[in-house]
Amino acid sequence: MPAPSPAPSYQLSHLRSLEAEAIHIIREVAAEFERPVLLFSGGKDSAVMLHIARKAFWPAKLPFAVMHIDTGHNYDEVLAFRDAEVEKHGLRLVVASVPDALAAGKVKEAAGQGATRNRIQTPVLLEAIEENEFDAVFGGARRDEEKARAKERVFSFRDEFGQWDPKNQRPELWSLYNGRHHRGEHIRVFPLSNWTELDIWQYIGADEVSLPALYFAHEREVVQRDGMWIGVTRHITLGDDEVVETRTVRFRTIGDATGTGAVESTAATIEQVIDEVAATRLTERGATRADDRISEAGMEDRKREGYF
Amino acid sequence: MSELLRLATAGSVDDGKSTLIGRLLYDSKAIFEDQLEAVEATSARMGAEYTNLALLTDGLRAEREQGITIDVAYRYFATPRRKFIIADTPGHIQYTRNMVTGASTADLALILVDARKGIVEQSRRHAFLSSLLQIPHLVLCVNKMDLVDWSEERFREISDEFRDFAAKLDISDLTTIPVSALVGDNVVTRSENMPWYEGASLLHHMEQVHIASDRNLIDARFPVQYVIRPHSAEHHDYRGYAGTVAGGSFKPGDEVLVLPSGFTSRVKSIDTADGPVDEAYSPMSVAITLTDEIDISRGDMICRPHNQPRVTQDIEAMVCWMDETSALTPRRKLAIKHTTRSARALVKDLQYRLDVNTLHRDEAAPELVLNEIGRVTLRTTLPLFCDEYRRNRTTGSFILIDEDTNGTVGAGMIL
Repeated sequence: MPAPSPAPSYQLSHLRSLEAEAIHIIREVAAEFERPVLLFSGGKDSAVMLHIARKAFWPAKLPFAVMHIDTGHNYDEVLAFRDAEVEKHGLRLVVASVPDALAAGKVKEAAGQGATRNRIQTPVLLEAIEENEFDAVFGGARRDEEKARAKERVFSFRDEFGQWDPKNQRPELWSLYNGRHHRGEHIRVFPLSNWTELDIWQYIGADEVSLPALYFAHEREVVQRDGMWIGVTRHITLGDDEVVETRTVRFRTIGDATGTGAVESTAATIEQVIDEVAATRLTERGATRADDRISEAGMEDRKREGYF
Repeated sequence: MSELLRLATAGSVDDGKSTLIGRLLYDSKAIFEDQLEAVEATSARMGAEYTNLALLTDGLRAEREQGITIDVAYRYFATPRRKFIIADTPGHIQYTRNMVTGASTADLALILVDARKGIVEQSRRHAFLSSLLQIPHLVLCVNKMDLVDWSEERFREISDEFRDFAAKLDISDLTTIPVSALVGDNVVTRSENMPWYEGASLLHHMEQVHIASDRNLIDARFPVQYVIRPHSAEHHDYRGYAGTVAGGSFKPGDEVLVLPSGFTSRVKSIDTADGPVDEAYSPMSVAITLTDEIDISRGDMICRPHNQPRVTQDIEAMVCWMDETSALTPRRKLAIKHTTRSARALVKDLQYRLDVNTLHRDEAAPELVLNEIGRVTLRTTLPLFCDEYRRNRTTGSFILIDEDTNGTVGAGMIL
């Protein structure tokens, strides 16, 4: 008789528990919905979500498309990363373009210096959902990001206007998700709801998830706006009193290039980033997102309208 | 290796619950400076004398305006040993629905009482709901010990009263801790004011409490969620049954039985994208391949020939009703979701309504309305493969859905 092997602990690490939960959610959607789509911005959360979604169906390919809401205000590295991922994994990519919607007169650019395209993404997203008849839309949002998000369900119901009604959410118990909806309504699905920024980075380290290089320390021409370092790109117009400096920075979040700030950092490897995130005393959105500083209820209001 | 522990807290601001959570988050550095500044600014604007940590969790405009928590708020913090997910719910009876929701996945329930007031109706209700939802570990924090002169006698009195009550319930592990959330005694570090208390601080207890054996590791259950068929040249004949292990464990070579067909086969492999594994247990999400080609689809259950779940269309369950606009009444038809199986259910009988405060059974009750709990008999259109909820929280639970509004209207625990 072989020697008895040591008793297994039957306990998953917190990262593998979170991963198992996300896989369960993603498979549930693939099984119950007709036309799911995964929002892929090229940011770290959507990169992790895509990575887990691919794992959920291995060895088969991803059984749904990915969609990028293209603000037109992208860092080139992010678009290059998006296209490389699509190519490498044989994904189907749908691009919903804010510049196209602007050109067609469907949305209007916000006015003023520092105005971002954050808000006008929403109608573009909703139109793409309607046109493609998507009934489930995966988002990489996390509950630790923001107070309104902390109250949102994993399966978040949207009416035919794409609206979220925070006071009328379906109770969500155990791992039993209710995805039922009428035609024209849809469900936003957040498989990473229970992850924190640190979990995301630890997981990126553990699973070697590829990311745009922007997330790691590099030298960049930046300009200081509202206490944040904004990258100097063709998308921003410099004011007369603004000084361009070269700094060693990295991005904690990647959004509209005109409104997402970099932080000064020398963290050039995943290990260094994990250490930095573990020690930081500012939330990623507070530190780097102009769009979230609008008001205390900024996120809640945008989410009600149908934002991510 | 860091583990995940989910805890549920219920209570009102008066008990100091928000202060306690705020302290856990702050002392474990899970509150960020910009969050604290925002909360301080709002507190000052609202005219509060102290920083109202409840504002950290009250995320919706209506909540801030009305100064109440209306929903389940999830908060996260971690120590080197464990990552914690707190489902924080308001304690008032009108929010029983939220408490049940928060409690459904919790490993540990945290109940707070004010040392001056002792056990109140709300504390008993929370203990009852924790036992109904089968939260494996219960912690009673006797808070505001600073206001009773750190009295051991007072603490013992409250502990004993609570233990007497808990003995009538189905609670397997109860710990009582004297704390002062405001001052911080016994929250993260041991109290110097209460040398008579020899137990662990709350955080230490949360880090150490043994949760590995809380799951059912005996009855092998695998509800099939999705069938993976790559149709590629490389994996031409691959057919993997994807799902999350709901109980027991599965190993390659195990003889298995598939419900509802009753066919038997053996586990060929247990696959993940990171490679095959030697054993899968709850809550791992894997794909199982079998040695025989048999017809299996979503909603089927893989188990063992000599350890099968109940196969039944007649369900006896405790149901918590969660709908504001309609009631659970005999003859009503609803959609039911149980593991990965969806069916329709007919309410055959409401046997009694339970008073969640007194545990009195009202057998004459004609219906269950919002936040009411009762024992219900259901008949389903398809057989469900289920276990007693006490034995397995995954194969023993279901939700009820209104077929017109699509809302989730009930939560059931199978008896």
